[in-house]
Amino acid sequence: MKIRIKFAKRGSLKFVGHLDTMRYFQKLIRRAGIDIAYSEGFNPHQKLSFAQPLGVGMLSEGEYVDIEVNSTFSSREAIKRMNDANVDDLEILSYRRLSDNAGNAMASVAAADYMIELREGKRPVSFDFLREFTLFINSSDKITVLKETKKSQIETDIKPYIYKFGGDNEKLTIRLSCGSVTNIKPELVMEAFCKYINFEPPPFTFIYTRLEVYGINDKGYIPLEAFGDDII
Amino acid sequence: MNNNTERRLALSDEILLSIDKPARYIGNEVNMARKNLKDIDVRFCMCFPDVYEIGMSHLGIQILYDMFNKMEGVYCERVYSPWHDLDKIMRERHIPLFALETQQPVKDFDFLGITIQYEMCYTNILQILDLSGIPLIAAERDETSPIVIGGGPCTYNPEPIAEFFDIFYIGEGETRYQQLIECYRKNRDNGGSREDFLRMAAKLSGIYVPRFYNVSYNEDGTLKSFTPAEEGIPKTIKKEIVMDVSNTFYPDKPLVPFIRATQDRVVLEIQRGCIRGCRFCQAGMIYRPVRERDVDYLKSMAKKMLESTGHDEISLSSLSSSDYSKLNELLLFLIEEYKGKGVNISLPSLRVDAFSLDIMSKVQDVRKSSLTFAPEAGSQRLRNVINKGLTEENILTGCGLAFKGGWNKVKLYFMLGLPTETREDMEGIALLSEKIAEKYYEIPKSERNSKISITASSSFFIPKPFTPFQWASMCTKEEFLNRAKVVNDKFKEMLNKKSMKYNWHEADVSVIEGLLARGDRRVSRVILNAYNSGCIYDAWGDSFVNEKWMKAVLDAGIDLYFYTTRQREPDELFPWDFIDTGVSKSFLRREWERAYKEQVTPNCRIQCSGCGAKAFGGGVCYENTN
Repeated sequence: MKIRIKFAKRGSLKFVGHLDTMRYFQKLIRRAGIDIAYSEGFNPHQKLSFAQPLGVGMLSEGEYVDIEVNSTFSSREAIKRMNDANVDDLEILSYRRLSDNAGNAMASVAAADYMIELREGKRPVSFDFLREFTLFINSSDKITVLKETKKSQIETDIKPYIYKFGGDNEKLTIRLSCGSVTNIKPELVMEAFCKYINFEPPPFTFIYTRLEVYGINDKGYIPLEAFGDDII
Repeated sequence: MNNNTERRLALSDEILLSIDKPARYIGNEVNMARKNLKDIDVRFCMCFPDVYEIGMSHLGIQILYDMFNKMEGVYCERVYSPWHDLDKIMRERHIPLFALETQQPVKDFDFLGITIQYEMCYTNILQILDLSGIPLIAAERDETSPIVIGGGPCTYNPEPIAEFFDIFYIGEGETRYQQLIECYRKNRDNGGSREDFLRMAAKLSGIYVPRFYNVSYNEDGTLKSFTPAEEGIPKTIKKEIVMDVSNTFYPDKPLVPFIRATQDRVVLEIQRGCIRGCRFCQAGMIYRPVRERDVDYLKSMAKKMLESTGHDEISLSSLSSSDYSKLNELLLFLIEEYKGKGVNISLPSLRVDAFSLDIMSKVQDVRKSSLTFAPEAGSQRLRNVINKGLTEENILTGCGLAFKGGWNKVKLYFMLGLPTETREDMEGIALLSEKIAEKYYEIPKSERNSKISITASSSFFIPKPFTPFQWASMCTKEEFLNRAKVVNDKFKEMLNKKSMKYNWHEADVSVIEGLLARGDRRVSRVILNAYNSGCIYDAWGDSFVNEKWMKAVLDAGIDLYFYTTRQREPDELFPWDFIDTGVSKSFLRREWERAYKEQVTPNCRIQCSGCGAKAFGGGVCYENTN
């Protein structure tokens, strides 16, 4: 039986990297008594896969991990058990059953929403985040950035991958293409934006929070958790 | 467990995001103790003076952390050495060292307790004090400084670091801390000073307060006298020891770090002490007598700890697990209970026999795992000198069985520079390795699992206090390297040399370790000099700078050879003789003489050799007579 778990990573947990978060989850699942399935062999490992790695320093309100279980508690009970066994700053938000033919979390990822804020004291004078960003998008036919690949750097136009944005004078929310096909990091967008407004940001100017990760179907972008159903 | 009071990190995001492994410094781990400071009147900061991943792997701290946090009104937090990158930033920006739990400065605590597990962490102790803003020299501290306490194996010779500590706690931590804290409260209620408290503490069993002792030296540099400076201060300090190890503190909810610690698993300490009596081994002497934990207690602890941590691995800890009388029962229980449930059982180095091979084949992939032997010396003669019971026949029989079972990797551990060692003994290391390889090729080719691989490693012998070899001469660096070359050359002559690898330890760091291990109070100057010239993390090969240490020795006006290569006179007063470990100096002396006669002393289970530790009312010899 496949289960999709959604969780938030807040506060101090932003300093815990992706691999350590995976290890944390493996232990959390055992502490919570979730009846997870194991692979065969001398060193059996849990059947568990993360949707999209989150970089060190980034916060999230919408992380996903899919697991396979032999049997399960109700969603409410499983969430309670996991949160009781959790540290501060990590919270399980949903625990849902996926249909057996559902694609795995990682392959399903199509887009992600991010919130970008300016760190205290790093804000340029009389700066309206949304207004400046709107100007930037509207006046650029192409947004060309240097994208690092494993082997080289390539010039890419990322404008088609910025799906929508909003926010106010202090923060920006933005939906970007995400996943294994085209993954646009919000840092890359901010780099191009800062260049455009001629602002050289001091290090650690922006605070990034991933808000949600989406898959896609005929109805459009759907939060990954909406592919599953609560277990009563 | 959601937070209502926001924890504020001591370091800014900018700092944390620009250093390696920031999760070392954020606390908030699973099973971290949380207390309301309003209910707390004694704050204790527990320190392991090495990097977080090492410190978090140490069982002793987990035991004491759990114990302190069970005491009412006491909050025990932790601190580890900041790594080089953060060390630099903290110095530049004058950021005080902080405890992980509340993220508050160590300087504001009542106590700073430092566990001292190996000599090469001594400069890291100074780093901790320095970054905390605590004067390095105990005598220079005022009423605002925490009381700095040292504990752990190195405190069996505390003298080289005596100047840096207010108190040493000698022995096992479970027994005396409650009383020490009561003293502290009482003194504070009475409006007493720091000095008053230290004087009260000095009268408690197991507590050594260096400032209340005077030392004098003979003209030849040896210790002349070591005496209490005041009336009422005890002449000798008897080590503290837990006799009922199945009814004491043990953390059923150990901390689980976010980043991978060296020991990323549940650690189950099955017994303390060792029956073997190897003459070079300090742990085998100072932790006497042997005390086994009840097997049912261990089973229940294993279950509780796996549930509370979610670890996927459990390992047994002791000095010699094969000597634990209920080992079979315990291992079979763990396999029965956890095998196939995603929990690995990592075996300690067991004596290789039919039973252990059967167990090993159940829990490990035979093709990937290796057999480990610690013959320590290359010849039977020298193994008799060091009282290492393992014989060549034991090793070859064990290997033969294992090779038939599919194993083909062997690791061998040796020491070089042992007392009475000859060229023949050194070459014996290569010869023994060769014999093991030949044993492998006795198996018919069709039953062999590819090639044999043998890795032999030598460390250099360092005489330690409270061992029969405490009188021994230690080799110079050059002599160590010469001996390693003898062994290495011999390996090159062997028929199966292509299947064998030989490594040896760094020689220069061994010499410094030797100096610190048997040093006296005058050696503290060397440590201070080394620290002031930038030495920290000396236990890390990359960080150790021998030139700086050599200069530190020179500047302190210390004769390195006086402390290392000099063989001690039979009646010499040692700097550590004021400590009573239960094992008598006359026993150690007897053992030293028997070593020269190449006489083996039977282990405690076979026969009591009268070491003196029976006086604690325990151990196999005691059990046999009561």
